[in-house]
Amino acid sequence: MGLFDFLLVKKQTASVARDRLRIIVAHERAGRGGPDYLPMLQRELLEVIRKYVNVDAESVKVDLIGDGDNKVLDISVALPDTAAHA
Amino acid sequence: MTNETELLETPPATPDADISTAPRSRAGAPLQEDAKLTEIIVVTSGKGGVGKTTTSASLACGLARRGHKVAVIDFDVGLRNLDLIMGCERRVVYDFVNVVNGEASLKQSLIRDKRFDNLYVLAASQTRDKDALTKEGVQKVLDDLAADGFDYIVCDSPAGIEKGASLAMYFADQAVVVVNPEVSSVRDSDRILGLLASKTRRAENGERVKEHLLLTRYAPKRVQSGEMLSLADVEEILGLKTIGVIPESGDVLHASNKGEPVILETESDAAQAYDDAVARLLGDSRPMRFVEVEKKGFFSKMFGG
Repeated sequence: MGLFDFLLVKKQTASVARDRLRIIVAHERAGRGGPDYLPMLQRELLEVIRKYVNVDAESVKVDLIGDGDNKVLDISVALPDTAAHA
Repeated sequence: MTNETELLETPPATPDADISTAPRSRAGAPLQEDAKLTEIIVVTSGKGGVGKTTTSASLACGLARRGHKVAVIDFDVGLRNLDLIMGCERRVVYDFVNVVNGEASLKQSLIRDKRFDNLYVLAASQTRDKDALTKEGVQKVLDDLAADGFDYIVCDSPAGIEKGASLAMYFADQAVVVVNPEVSSVRDSDRILGLLASKTRRAENGERVKEHLLLTRYAPKRVQSGEMLSLADVEEILGLKTIGVIPESGDVLHASNKGEPVILETESDAAQAYDDAVARLLGDSRPMRFVEVEKKGFFSKMFGG
């Protein structure tokens, strides 16, 4: 590092990378281990819901929860505050 | 003791037998409780070009230099490269697929390293047939190596998550996950961790493959200036313990140019970092080197350089 290096603006992007990775890795780990059709089901549900309500991809969650011997398909949709605009 | 003797001498034909211990004790070794087992280590990453083959070659050399009998196997069918990095490309006569198909014996196919006579290379086939390797075929080769008294088998995985990569990891006891401090490499590594936890023999037996993080091409200066993910970042995101951090180094290219695993360039930072990784793999604890920016003198601080 030379005397005038401080004049050069360094791009500090590592923290952006870290935050993006934290989110995507957590997301992908959550989807792991479930049946292969879950992501597809989630996508199609999202498309159907979007016909009526303007929601983004993160607001539809599809999980398969083990409940004793049974498995429960848990679908949760978070509707936006102003759900009226489709 | 008699029970154990019987167990060890049972051929691996019974599928329900504990195959992780039974056929893998050394042939001819005294049947003691501490009979040495062969440790299978996969070097994997998901993403290509992060240093799997460089790492496989250096770990294998490092283990052999410490006196262990080591075989390093190239699983990258169709894209053989370990032979070049090990510097034995002109001595490949038979390859992994030849052994699996029974076209050559294991003995004929193992290439003895010129530097260490307890180190052997098994080259990948250049065939374009992706199905040339089978799980049964790979298991047979690994079992034969174990029976031959090998202490360590290093499996150099191809990139991706296709058949070659899944076969390379399937029988592993330990996994060295090679990661660059860069988003796509980290994400792909996490994918590989998912596969190690579900699609391996150990996972199927309700056990875990012991996973280690090996960070390559690390540039402490760029980490300090906030341009590059830090070791702590990658450890935290992947939830892995680090076995080594290899600093970005021009010596890696020089070494591969010469066909000499970089761990043998003893003056090099990368070589010393790999040697530390080998020591940790064997259970030593060593402080992590080459992760901080080197302190510079007053003049170089003022005038650069």
